[in-house]
Amino acid sequence: MMGALLSLSHVSKDFGGLRALDDVTVSLREGEVIGLIGPNGAGKTTLVNVITGVEKPSAGEIRFAGDRIDELRPDLVARRGVARTFQIVQPFPRMTVRENVAAAALFAGGAPSRADARAIADQQLAFSGLGREADKLASSLTLAGRKRLEFAKSLAAQPKLLLLDEVNAGLNAAEIDDALRLIAEIAASGITVLLIEHLMKVVSQSCRRLLVLHHGRLVADGETTAVMKDPRVVEAYLGQRYAERQRELAK
Amino acid sequence: MLRYSIIGAAVVALFVVLLAIGDNYLLRLATTVAMYVALASAWNIVGGFTGYPSFATAAFFGLGAYACGVAQTYGVPLILAWILAGAVTALFASGLGLAILHLRGHYFAIGSLVVADVLREITNSWTSLTGGGMGMNLPLIGGSTGSQAQFYLLAMVALAGLSLLAAVLIDNSKLGVALRCIEQNEDAAQVIGVDTRRAKVAAFTVSSLLVGVAGGIYASWVSYIDPIDVYDVSLSVKPIIMALLGGVGTIAGPVLGAFGFLALEELIWRNSLEFHAGILGLFVVVLVVFLPGGLRSLQGRNIWQLATAAFTKRWA
Repeated sequence: MMGALLSLSHVSKDFGGLRALDDVTVSLREGEVIGLIGPNGAGKTTLVNVITGVEKPSAGEIRFAGDRIDELRPDLVARRGVARTFQIVQPFPRMTVRENVAAAALFAGGAPSRADARAIADQQLAFSGLGREADKLASSLTLAGRKRLEFAKSLAAQPKLLLLDEVNAGLNAAEIDDALRLIAEIAASGITVLLIEHLMKVVSQSCRRLLVLHHGRLVADGETTAVMKDPRVVEAYLGQRYAERQRELAK
Repeated sequence: MLRYSIIGAAVVALFVVLLAIGDNYLLRLATTVAMYVALASAWNIVGGFTGYPSFATAAFFGLGAYACGVAQTYGVPLILAWILAGAVTALFASGLGLAILHLRGHYFAIGSLVVADVLREITNSWTSLTGGGMGMNLPLIGGSTGSQAQFYLLAMVALAGLSLLAAVLIDNSKLGVALRCIEQNEDAAQVIGVDTRRAKVAAFTVSSLLVGVAGGIYASWVSYIDPIDVYDVSLSVKPIIMALLGGVGTIAGPVLGAFGFLALEELIWRNSLEFHAGILGLFVVVLVVFLPGGLRSLQGRNIWQLATAAFTKRWA
């Protein structure tokens, strides 16, 4: 029986007069790969930010492995096993690729020494396909390389939950296929993955369960193919007029 | 590590020669440059490694000077008074760090800049303890003028060595990794588990401890301090220029910068008392535009390559 690894209960987040998250309640079970989609401005990244402690929720509570984490600082959340990647990649530009990953292993991953952290970094770089770039400066990597570096950094943190925020944005078809293989391997290792995506191809291939955010509200949560046909989801993505036309055609 | 050892040995040999020569002017210059090395290396831990542009050096220097002065007035032995100066300053800085290190960039710079003014006003007002605007005389140590000068040179060189050692140890520690992560991307550092507040306060405290001891040694050396002298804003600006001159965020940079700065101070500014502040400003602009990596970036490059690179980058 898989328990709830992460649960959000009535979580809201306000930025002044703007409600970015509105009463979101959802649970993620251990070992799941869950997709999260929504139009631009739906609140996807805000959701990742409140889970990781970067933003404090205005209301509601968040529990990870049974403990409340909504009052914790981001570093403490990371040390409990919640790792994330950034939509806009955030490497340490003047460190080498290996140093970037070793830093994550040292702090969030709890490696006992810098030598151990480097060894973990080398493992994760090999896994992420960056083994040959280890001694290069992070700033010299291509976009695809930087996305892989984000993967390697987050895996070096030894996470139980991995939040992947649009890791495929800006990649070409071949690079997306590589990223999909990587996600499948991560999922096979037992790590729970929340995949925030715009690309339907990616969520349909990777996720059996799909969440949809629209104007900060969770409008759908269920099996991926069923959710993708949900009229509210179609309306959120393609507009009210398109959804009404689809309904008329269906009749 | 070997390179640092060679540089360190060369610097120590230089000071030994100076001690042997015993010329008072040279001893004063050497003591000043050792103090500059200590101040610039200490600033570099916060400004270079962590990327927080601190203007609090004058505050820590002045506080250390007065802590030492008051301690000596109450009969505390000299060396113990210096240690006390460092401890008082570090304690103050750890509290100050908790209060202002959540500020970033210009906000932090302004926040740290006003601390010296606040401390100067407190020192001015607390006449019973500090002597106020009249200043404070410190007990003189025994011996000839020459032996006193040699003693303070040794003390400053030891502090400079300690500052360098602290910088090397931090740079090679877990704290050093944390500071470099913060310097390059503080938000990303938090997300990979770096306790950024703790790391920043630790760096600020270690840096202030060294500056506080420097203030204490300086107070004993000159044997008279007043608030205008030891809280002077130039004490905050000079270490930054030295670090910029030598190479911010490096170990050897502040050392190179301290020697370079003292040479400029002696050769140019002492001959241009009227305009030396203006020259200082121009110098900083030229430094930032043409030599952002400091003197260390000249390594392996000739001047022509450097000049053309700077022009190509800016006006091509």
